[in-house]
Amino acid sequence: MTDASTAFDAWWGWPPPVLDPAGPYAESVTVLAWALFAMGAIVTAIVAAALYVALAGPAKWKAKLGGEKLIWIMGVAFPGVVLTGLLVWGLTLTASLTDPIRGDEQRIRVTGHMWWWDVEYLDAAGRVVLRDANELHLPVGRPVVLELKSADVIHSFWVPNLSGKEDMIPGRTNLLKVQADKAGRYGGVCAEFCGGPHALMGFVVAAHDDADYRRFLGGERIGAPLLTEQQKVPGSLPALERRTAAGPVPAAANGGALFLANGCAACHRVEGTAANGLSGPDLTHVSRRLTLGAGVLPNNRGTLQGWITDSQAVKPGNRMPSYDMLSAQEVEAIAAWLDTPR
Amino acid sequence: MKLAIAVLLAAAAAGCKPPPEGRHDFEPAAIERGRTVVAAAGCAACHAFPDIDWPKGRAGPDLTAFDGRGPIAGALPNTPANLAAFVRNAPVAKPGSTMPAMPISRSEARDVAAYLYGISDD
Repeated sequence: MTDASTAFDAWWGWPPPVLDPAGPYAESVTVLAWALFAMGAIVTAIVAAALYVALAGPAKWKAKLGGEKLIWIMGVAFPGVVLTGLLVWGLTLTASLTDPIRGDEQRIRVTGHMWWWDVEYLDAAGRVVLRDANELHLPVGRPVVLELKSADVIHSFWVPNLSGKEDMIPGRTNLLKVQADKAGRYGGVCAEFCGGPHALMGFVVAAHDDADYRRFLGGERIGAPLLTEQQKVPGSLPALERRTAAGPVPAAANGGALFLANGCAACHRVEGTAANGLSGPDLTHVSRRLTLGAGVLPNNRGTLQGWITDSQAVKPGNRMPSYDMLSAQEVEAIAAWLDTPR
Repeated sequence: MKLAIAVLLAAAAAGCKPPPEGRHDFEPAAIERGRTVVAAAGCAACHAFPDIDWPKGRAGPDLTAFDGRGPIAGALPNTPANLAAFVRNAPVAKPGSTMPAMPISRSEARDVAAYLYGISDD
């Protein structure tokens, strides 16, 4: 990123995602936004015209403009009707985005943490099918109900292409419906300042067709579909793709033992091992994620080693210390072990 | 005597830099492609680059003033081919290197080398 426009493109693409809905819920928000903008423009035009008449219009018009009748019509009735209409529209729409669960939608629980996202895929009975982090996978063309919670402070969940913004409030479960109508990737961010590296708290949403989505839930490694337009992963450039390294990759050897011995397991969970920490992202499926550090780095062996060695340089203030006391060989072994598909 | 040593050291330091005709010229397009590859592969997670604002990783050498000087990683003759091989597959190019192999193609690696030679502090 050399300049502002490149950074802007990488973050948002063009048109900005708030004006580029990819599903019905985002579409309804976009229509409302344009309607509000249009009403504002009309009212501004009327006021400007009235001002012109008051200053330079014919005397007859001026008299009418100052009359009591016009004040009742334009000053009370018109705003009353228009504002009430827009209010009802807005409230109804907001309520429709947060309708209670009917039972047939896919349910995903997303919990905001300082400064990452815990993601749990639920079955119809509310049991956790798959635990992941910092990435959201959706089936294309189906409504998905998100249960939004917070583990610490107020966060706000926002995928501008897919739906409205919804706060994640400690002690509450807020519902938000999202739907993606085309396969692809969308960028999401935390939209409520939550301290420290709040600006580096992003995530990727990948919308798959049904078969791929089922394979994802089954724990398989699948290629996330690419959008043809700019890829909207916060902080990254378009060409980003999860690829395997060019050269030989070191064997995982004693990486698991080092992971446990160096205290990583105190915060991170890796299914099927003794690592069961819950205060950091679940690393069971980290090998198939697109990004590291909650949307801040592309995920490959190099960035994984860089993140472990000095995450504080990449995401200052995040809660993982830089493990720069480890030797390069130890970091290499841990990264190799984490990068193993599970 | 001190002056003589200083002159000698200055001459030696000046000698480190290849003469102008020995420098490599790369097409601007390759340099630009290389910059995109560097940003997309996340090299900045470990290295600082002058034209990448963030992140500026500290785990690997600072490349702010990388100017094609000195041996690559302190071990390999400084040629574009060696540099391209090193950025793509460091453990093979220099056994024992702590930099991992990167997920980039051979032609992308050549572009990265062009970009790195273009980083100049003078």
